[in-house]
Order: sequence, then C-alpha cells, then structure tokens
Amino acid sequence: MTLFKSLSGLALSVALFSTAAFAGEITINSDHSDPVPKKAMEELIADFQKANPDVTVKWNNFDHEGYKSAIRNFLTADAPDVVAWYAGNRMEPFVKAGLFEDVTDVWTANGLDEQLKSSAPSMTIDGKKWGMPYTYYQWGIYYRKDIFAEQGITPPKTWAELLAASEKLKAAGITPFTIGTKALWPTGGWFDYLNLRVNGYEFHMELTSGKVPYTDPRVKAVFEKWGELVKAGYFIDNHAAIDWQDAVPQLVQGKAAMYLMGNFAVATFKEGGLKEEQIGFLQFPEITPGIPVAEEAPTDTFHIPSGAKNKEDAKKFLAYLASPAVQTKMNATLGQLPVNNTAEKPKDVFLDAGFTMLSNAHALAQFYDRDAQAEMAKAGMEGFQEFMVKPDNLDRILERLEKVRARVYK
Amino acid sequence: MSNAVSPQSSVRPSSGFWKKNQQTLAPWLFLAPGMLMFVIYVLVPIFQSIWISFHDWDGLGEQVWIGFGNYAELLDDDTFYVALKNNLIWLVLYLLSIPAGLAAALFLNQTVAGIRLYKSLFFFPFVISQVVVGLMFTWFYAPDFGLFSKLTEWLTGEQIAVLADERFVTYGIIVAGLWPQTAYCMILYLTGLNNINPEQVEAARMDGAKGFKLLWNIILPQLGPATFIAMVVTVIGSLRSFDLVSVMTAGGPYGSSQVLSYFMYEQALSEYGFRMGYGAAIAVVLFLIMMVFISLFIVRMLRQERNA
Repeated sequence: MTLFKSLSGLALSVALFSTAAFAGEITINSDHSDPVPKKAMEELIADFQKANPDVTVKWNNFDHEGYKSAIRNFLTADAPDVVAWYAGNRMEPFVKAGLFEDVTDVWTANGLDEQLKSSAPSMTIDGKKWGMPYTYYQWGIYYRKDIFAEQGITPPKTWAELLAASEKLKAAGITPFTIGTKALWPTGGWFDYLNLRVNGYEFHMELTSGKVPYTDPRVKAVFEKWGELVKAGYFIDNHAAIDWQDAVPQLVQGKAAMYLMGNFAVATFKEGGLKEEQIGFLQFPEITPGIPVAEEAPTDTFHIPSGAKNKEDAKKFLAYLASPAVQTKMNATLGQLPVNNTAEKPKDVFLDAGFTMLSNAHALAQFYDRDAQAEMAKAGMEGFQEFMVKPDNLDRILERLEKVRARVYK
Repeated sequence: MSNAVSPQSSVRPSSGFWKKNQQTLAPWLFLAPGMLMFVIYVLVPIFQSIWISFHDWDGLGEQVWIGFGNYAELLDDDTFYVALKNNLIWLVLYLLSIPAGLAAALFLNQTVAGIRLYKSLFFFPFVISQVVVGLMFTWFYAPDFGLFSKLTEWLTGEQIAVLADERFVTYGIIVAGLWPQTAYCMILYLTGLNNINPEQVEAARMDGAKGFKLLWNIILPQLGPATFIAMVVTVIGSLRSFDLVSVMTAGGPYGSSQVLSYFMYEQALSEYGFRMGYGAAIAVVLFLIMMVFISLFIVRMLRQERNA
C-alpha cells in the first residue's frame, strides 16, 4: 500500500484537499469534466446549498480517465464524503473491499425502493443498497430518416427486416452501419444487444457474472447473428482505427445509414450538421421471438465512502439527489433520463422515445463493461473487436475468453 | 594527503576525526542526498515491485501470496508473447535511427548558408512531445482523410488503415518513433563530428582517402563514443516504448501492437486493470530484459575505460 501511495502525487493532493473537512461541510469528488455535466453539477450543488444553508459543499472535479484510477487512491488514502461512480458490477470491488457505505436507510426513509425501482437491482449487493442513481440514458439504433425514405425502407422490427434493409442499403452503395472500435466499448453495445435479443437478460447477467462458459453454444449463437452482418460487409471498413466520434461523419455524410449508440451521440450528430428531422431512433430489432425485451441503460451514481468524515450530511445530499424535482432539473441540463419515476422527463424526441422504451423494458442491462468484471470486460471487448475484423477467428477468440473467464471468476 | 585548510583560516576547532578523514568523507557527503533519493525512489520500489509480483492484489484489499502464480500465468498468456515479439521488433528496427541519424548529421555537417536553420528543423521532432508525435502520425495514417491512406489509395487503389491492421500496426508505430529518435542520434553525431581531429582528416586526404573509405577508416572510429551513447539511448528507448503505443493504438487492434511496458500499465493501472501483482510481474520481466542490455553496456564501457 505504501508503494501505491508514494507513487501517486494525486493521492497526496487529494489528502491535502480533504483533511480540512469538518461538520457542516461535505467534499464531493466527481468526474463531471465535460461542459454539460459540469454545468449540471454546478447547478445541483448551488441548489443543494440553497436548500441546506448549514452545509457547505466542496467539489473536486476530475477528468474522466484520471478519475478511474484516482478514486482508488482517495478512497483508501483520505476519503471525501461523496464520490461519483457507476452502478452494477463496476461498484462491486469497492463494496467488497468495504470502501462504500451501506445507504439502505436513505432508500427506505425516502420511499426510494418504489421511486427508483428500475435501478434498484443494479444498486443492490448482498441485499443492501450502496449508492444513489440519478441519471441514465437509452441505447438503440439511430438512423438517417431521409436515407431510409429515399431507399423505401421502413424501420426494421425483426432481424429478417434488419437484414433486408441492410442488403438494400448496401446495394445502393451505402454502408448499413457505422462504428468506431478503437476504444473497444462500442463493440460491447453490439454484443450486448445481440445477446439480449438472442438469449435474453437473464443469460446476459449469467454470462457477465461468469457463470456461463464463453464456449457455450448460446454464446456462439450470438456471434452467428453478428457474423451475418460482419461477413456481409455491413459495417464500415477500418473501424478499428477510429473512435466513436470519428465514425459519426460517415452517418452525417450519408455514407452510412445506421449507428448503434447511446443517446449522448445525438448531440454529436447535430453538431456534425444533421437536423433533428433527419435522425430517427429505433429499438434494437427482435431476434428470438418471445424473449422478454431488455435494454441497455448505463446508470450514473453517487456513493458515500466508508471513510467519509461527515456521513450525516452526505446522506442528506444523496436523499436530495434522489428527489424527483432535483432529478428533473439535473437531467434537463444533462439531456438524459431521470431515474426517479415520478420525475418529469426532459422534452426531447429521442429521450421521449427512450423513456417509453425503457419504462416498458423487462430489465435494464448496465452495459457489458459495467456488468462484467473489469478484466473480463477488457478481454471480451478485445475479442469482439477481433471478431468484427476477422470473423473466422471466432473459435480461437472464444477459447481465449474462456481462459480469461476461468481465471477471473475463480 | 596535504591539508587543504591553512592553519590561519581554521578558526573553528575541528574535530580530529573530521580532519583526518575529510578527503575520504567529503565526496560521500556530496553524494549522500542523491544516493538517498536513488535508494528511496529507485532501489526500494524495485524490490517492492518484485515483492508485489508474488501476490494477487487489486490495490485495495488484502495482498494474497501466490508465489510464482503470476509468472506461471504470464507464461500462459498469449498477449505476453505478442508483447515480447513486438518489443523485439522495436529493438531491432529502432536501431535504424543510428545510421539514419549519422547520415543526417553528415549531411548537415557542411558550411552552407542557412545550415543552422536546417539543423534546427532536423532537430525539431525531438523537441516536440511524444504524445504530439503520436497524434500527428495517427492523423497521417487515418483512414479516409489521412495523407498516408490517400497515398496508398492513389498508388494501389486500396486504402491501408495502418493502425487497424494487425500486420502493419507495430511497424507503423515504430516509424513514428524513429522520427524523433533519428533526430536525437543526429544531435549526438553532430557533436561528435565537431570533435573530429581535422589534422587526421587532412592527413588521410593527403594519403588519397576519400568518400566512403575516409568515412569508414577515419571518421567513424572517432565517432565511437557518440555511437556508443546512441546505442544505449536507442536500446533503452525501444524497450520502454510506451507513449506512442498508448496514444496511437492503446495496444490495439485486439492487442496486436502490445508491448511490455504498455501491457504492464494496462494490467496494473488502466480502467480495466488493477491487477497489481500481475503488472508487477510484467515489470520484473521487463526489468530483467533491460538489465541484460545495461550490463552489456556497462561491461563494455568499463573495458574501454581500462584500455584508455
């Protein structure tokens, strides 16, 4: 441990930040470094202080990537009172290491089990709640409405229709799907959706929690469907060299017609020059009929470290964060969906579509890299990327993933 | 052993021990701060890393002793062999920067108007950060809008996305790395060329040596020390290649441009990592490989000094 501490000046600086904490002051560490989330955070903190004049909030804002390693330092070295993190298995290592505080009482005292119902499972470990969800967003296929209209394609609802639409687009010289896999995670979206539609949510959870071998025929069935798109050349070339933003111009220029992405991508589409009426949103089509439909909706959360000095006010903050009015305002700024089901959803076509889709969902997956253990996630997504470039390597990839699974989940 | 302090100026009564051992102790006193730092920040961490490499540890919980478990796993890890192979490719190809640097230095070692400007332009890539070099080459290779992709499309009718192709990706990154490294070697040779004995060159010329013969028999032997330093920095630089891999591909596509130092970082400290023991085991392997080269260099250096 000493090595870790001495190596990282960051840990030291955070320690200096928060030693001055006293009752009536809470320190929040978070990674809201992009302009929009930053604004939402600033508003949230200002409003919270207005509502609780006796509490002062100190906010340390980190950049995204740095935060992921910094949090491990400050949780063990000198913990702030509230930290931003993610739901599901992503918070499990911290919970298991005893670094997060059990906040079940905040949930029961405020009737949140009912109001935050959709996210409750992903906040629960060992029957206790470990944090407070405040926002999520939907995933789905964004497509060019005008191109679909030109080609006479109606938004596909089944796999067969999707294949037919893709064939038609390809024949017209338009690549059906754009994607950038350099950062690996966009491949996770594809795998998850195909898996959710082929095998269902329960299987997704079993697989990501390491209970099913990757050599299972059901996993192979997912790749078979994926292969139908890959082998037909329905994805853009050279996607392994570009990031997800670099794949957007393909859609904007009309070289590609569809993009499986999270709702945050809409802002980028619009910045790229697409008008709102050119963009359509469709739910990922059905593959195995009769399987209860689950969706991806990664959830962002706040937690109280077990080493926090002012847990009382920190709990006040979490309760405040969970309330419908606060979630309404915050998500209006974020352009995402409130988790609280009594909150008002933002006025936006895509969020509206997402809200309807998610509220009818059988279950919500957190995304492959948040549901699976970190090491498995990395190996898995690397395998997905390889499959998308070399589909013939499938058996080798699956064997490799199985080797990793056997080691990670012993 | 003459006492440097004259009797008149030594007003303070100095202890007998200090007086007697001043000359032996003084250098150690001057070395002490540096040595202390070296011990705390270099030697101790090395042993700590070796210690951690025998554990299973996520950086948060208990360290669990697993003996050589991490090393056994490493031997069974495909990525490790990919990284090792790529490190070897780096090592061999990176050495190209030495002859390239020599060529550039010889070319620039002329008295022409404006040569200083050319020299600084040639030196430029070494001045800018490796991260910037990585970004520039990423754009250079980028499919669709990169200069290189356009060039290959024009020549072969087909785009080659260097950084997305497992066959080319490592070489693509090495080329980016060679650019600043060549500039570095060039500077070393330029200083070496400044120190060449003009009389010897003159004498050789009078004996009828010119061109390649002159270079090989007269100039190059005198550049020996520069070549040695260039070798050392290039070999070490190739083994610790990290920034370019991190910026340009993050080890991808699917781990094919992985090198040991990035693999270590990824396992120990990246978003999906936090396997401190495993990362430390990779660090130890890399350390041992470097030790082989460093020892070779030191042995050579000592032998030279003894001969001199």
